[in-house]
Amino acid sequence: MRHLISMRDMGKEEILEILEEARKMEDLLNTKKPLKLLEGKILATIFYEPSTRTRLSFETAMKRLGGEVITMTDLKSSSVVKGESLIDTIRVISGYADIIVLRHPNEGASRLASEYSQVPIINAGDGSNQHPTQTLLDLYTILREIGKIDGIKIAFVGDLKYGRTVHSLVYALSLFDNVEMYFVSPKELKMPKDIIDDLKSKNITFYEIEDLKDIGDDVDVLYITRIQKERFPDPNEYEKVKGCYKIKKDYVIGKKFIIMHPLPRVDEIDYDVDNLPQAKYFKQSFYGIPVRMAILKKLIDENQHDNGG
Amino acid sequence: MEELKVRKITNGTVIDHIDAGKALVVFKILNVPKGTSVMIAINVPSKKKGKKDILKIEGIELKKEDVDKISLISPDVTINIIRNGRVVEKLKPQIPNEIEGILKCTNPNCITNKEQIRGRFKIENTSPLRIRCHYCEKYLNEVLFE
Repeated sequence: MRHLISMRDMGKEEILEILEEARKMEDLLNTKKPLKLLEGKILATIFYEPSTRTRLSFETAMKRLGGEVITMTDLKSSSVVKGESLIDTIRVISGYADIIVLRHPNEGASRLASEYSQVPIINAGDGSNQHPTQTLLDLYTILREIGKIDGIKIAFVGDLKYGRTVHSLVYALSLFDNVEMYFVSPKELKMPKDIIDDLKSKNITFYEIEDLKDIGDDVDVLYITRIQKERFPDPNEYEKVKGCYKIKKDYVIGKKFIIMHPLPRVDEIDYDVDNLPQAKYFKQSFYGIPVRMAILKKLIDENQHDNGG
Repeated sequence: MEELKVRKITNGTVIDHIDAGKALVVFKILNVPKGTSVMIAINVPSKKKGKKDILKIEGIELKKEDVDKISLISPDVTINIIRNGRVVEKLKPQIPNEIEGILKCTNPNCITNKEQIRGRFKIENTSPLRIRCHYCEKYLNEVLFE
């Protein structure tokens, strides 16, 4: 049975296939007609950690396809408090639903769940490890807004050390041809060594810099992440670096790049940037719906097919 | 060179040239059945390595997968299978591509350190040794045994 656990399990072909399906879903959404593509199917969302945005996005995607949603978010009143293991919870709920979306604070939880589930598991975040639907919607945004993924130049800005979305997107982009990457961060938050080593072994062109001004004029995408205060042992250090990576209107006007951000934003992009044509972060968040629709449909169909349905 | 004070075995396995001080770890991961006679020599002189450990296991012939496990602790060991007092087979451990159990993931936040399950690992590189956890996908910082 197929699950969606990690970008490491996917190749370029499969990514492009999902993005193509997402485009069809976006067109269907634009017709504003109710869909019945997953009528009679049930999605269970199991969130051991709060993430309203991701959960609502999955639930919207399922409902847009005509399916139903059951959800487990209030862990205070659930069996988890009574000490039920993740494996048991998954065994039980996979008997209720046709597909499960799981978010869990521990790395590897979704992989483990997939080994015990009777239905496909979609990883909606396992600790600091993977969040593949975020990566796929990022790739979809690039494809829709730039028109291609091969050959793009992208600058990642902010916390590159701890940012799960950045690590996963960098990995996915390394599967595409001639992508150039700029990593713009303070020294304390540089891209981890194993990712750098991986890029070197694949001969990917990348530049590690500290100043945003040093990125090339021909950059297509500026991918901004939040610098979290709690990452700095010394609060003064945080105050020193946070301003350097703040995106202001004056900087953006006249530039050819688009601006992406996994959201939520705190203060790394000024609000008056929002109405500039370069700002694509809210659109990016919307693109999560057609991408998740495509994934839900694909996994449920494949599972039904495997079971001779 | 002074004489080794470990007697020969008639049937079983001799694991020689273990890195000095690591024989007990090798012994531990082999899960030798209870009641087996085992001779362990630690920090004995070695021409090749200066000092080495030796493990002699009476009555048990190690299988390839056991031998491969040892490669994670001491890759240079030589293993002799003994029958009727003679060496009938020599085995060289190979680092396996995948391992189930034996090791422990070094990431404290990995699900394998929270739920009652055995770890699974992929060996991505042998020199230097790079082992990735199948579950949390992080590289192990060090080789820790269960």
